[in-house]
Amino acid sequence: MDFFHQLIQQLINGVSLGSIYALIALGYTMIYGIIKLINFAHGDIYMVGAYLGFFGVTVAGLSIFPALLISMFVTGCLGMVVEKLAYKPLRHAPRISLLITAIGVSFFLEYAGMYFVTATPRTFPDTGLNFAFSVAGFIINGQQVMIFAITIILMALLTYIVQKTKLGKAMRAASFDTETAQLMGIDSDRVISMTFFIGSSLAAAAGVLVGVYYNTIDPLMGIMPGLKAFVAAVLGGIGILPGAVVGGIILGVIEALVAGFLSSTFRDAAAFAILILVLLVKPSGLFGKNTNEKV
Amino acid sequence: MPMLEINDINVYYGAIHAIKGISLTVNEGEIVTLIGANGAGKSTTLRTISGLLKPKTGAINFLGKDIAGMPAHQIVREGISQVPEGRKIFAEMTVMENLELGAFTRSDSDGVAQDLKMVFGRFPRLEERISQLAGTLSGGEQQMLAMGRALMSRPKLLLLDEPSMGLAPLLIREIFSIIVDINKAGTTVLLVEQNANMALSIASRAYVLETGRITLSGDAKTLAASEDIRKAYLGG
Ligand SMILES: Nc1ncnc2c1ncn2[C@@H]1O[C@H](COP(=O)(O)OP(=O)(O)OP(=O)(O)O)[C@@H](O)[C@H]1O
Ligand SMILES: [Mg+2]
Repeated sequence: MDFFHQLIQQLINGVSLGSIYALIALGYTMIYGIIKLINFAHGDIYMVGAYLGFFGVTVAGLSIFPALLISMFVTGCLGMVVEKLAYKPLRHAPRISLLITAIGVSFFLEYAGMYFVTATPRTFPDTGLNFAFSVAGFIINGQQVMIFAITIILMALLTYIVQKTKLGKAMRAASFDTETAQLMGIDSDRVISMTFFIGSSLAAAAGVLVGVYYNTIDPLMGIMPGLKAFVAAVLGGIGILPGAVVGGIILGVIEALVAGFLSSTFRDAAAFAILILVLLVKPSGLFGKNTNEKV
Repeated sequence: MPMLEINDINVYYGAIHAIKGISLTVNEGEIVTLIGANGAGKSTTLRTISGLLKPKTGAINFLGKDIAGMPAHQIVREGISQVPEGRKIFAEMTVMENLELGAFTRSDSDGVAQDLKMVFGRFPRLEERISQLAGTLSGGEQQMLAMGRALMSRPKLLLLDEPSMGLAPLLIREIFSIIVDINKAGTTVLLVEQNANMALSIASRAYVLETGRITLSGDAKTLAASEDIRKAYLGG
């Protein structure tokens, strides 16, 4: 295999991985946009989504698509419940209290996960996508096709909701200026709740897709992708939806290239090197406007 | 019975006592103005009426309903719409989207379309810039957008917070004549201003606010002629 061939192959792998980061990063960035919270529990929400998909396929015997949809719905509701119980009471508290609470929620979900489903990794059953085919000599497998397709559908749907629907306009208005949004008659609590629903269900989709792609899931699986998606959101510009997608894909591609051409031990290091670089060079991210945040 | 009746409200920011027992009324069809210097509590009063702040004590009655303590997003549905100080347009959204948000509470699409025409009739410049991002409008155009957006909820009472702020004299006159037109078309107006001259010239009644208290009130023409007011607010 020559260099060029391997490069393309790694790009294909990188975009698959990056799509997953992008789905998680979208939730991060939406939630940050509306309540200025880095929701450190978001990676664990993704883990819950993966388990719900897993139980949908194994216990309930569903095929992968209905299991995915149900997991997205239930995880979305979980996101709303977490917001209502943990974050809403802190609406007027200092931001640091909110952040510490998010870390608490993260631990809670991780250890509740270990309690209920044990720390033993589970193996996702065969979903009928374990086939691979080659296109012009490049290997693409069924899981990758599914990841591409579902990611694109979900992103198109999200774009439609955010740009065209009344809910989406209310979300954008409340993200920009919550108080003035209220003067328009927008119930900001409801909009925040819906944002958690959408963000969490996207994370659930990512969780199920990862289960299908890598076959194993465990209660701590959310920690690393959660951090990586955070890096992706910062890379693209936190609070900016297209930024989260581009940041996620770039991160996935860089990781795949590092793993393919250097060594997979440097994979995770690459993500955090990017974070440090972005924070040094352009803290507002690729899509961010260079405004000095007023403190 | 007055349309809006504020009875002895006290409003605090933490320990700061910003509004100290204000009472005022606005009758249907009037333009009433609330004038006062920087920090007198004019914006605080408007923000309390529209529900962004809650009075610690006192009552706010609108069309016979107690609205003190009602959340801001519901007060809009009762028929009160505010043009906030500094316009507060949604800069990253288009002119059209801003106007659509103004009609957020409404589901009568025919009526909304009609009001959109009315807004474009009053502010033709907005129609020319319909798909432009609101943040790229000039200051005067942003003021027009903020007013148009407030009108899109078809309010019974329009609260205006310093619409003249930062605008050239010619534009101020244009904005004020539009306020008069809006009032003539049936919308009651409560106007907060530092530009007392202009405000008193279009209002029927006025209240003067000083450090959280109403110190004078009455007929706008009488106040405009009064010696105290001329010295304090009208530059001689
Ligand atoms: N968010 C806040 N926190 C604490 N104090 C505030 C806050 N907003 C206003 N105040 C105080 O309340 C008082 C009234 O302020 P307000 O904004 O209502 O005045 P104003 O009459 O609208 O003034 P201006 O003409 O400058 O707009 C001032 O002393 C101000 O410092
Ligand atoms: Mg003010």
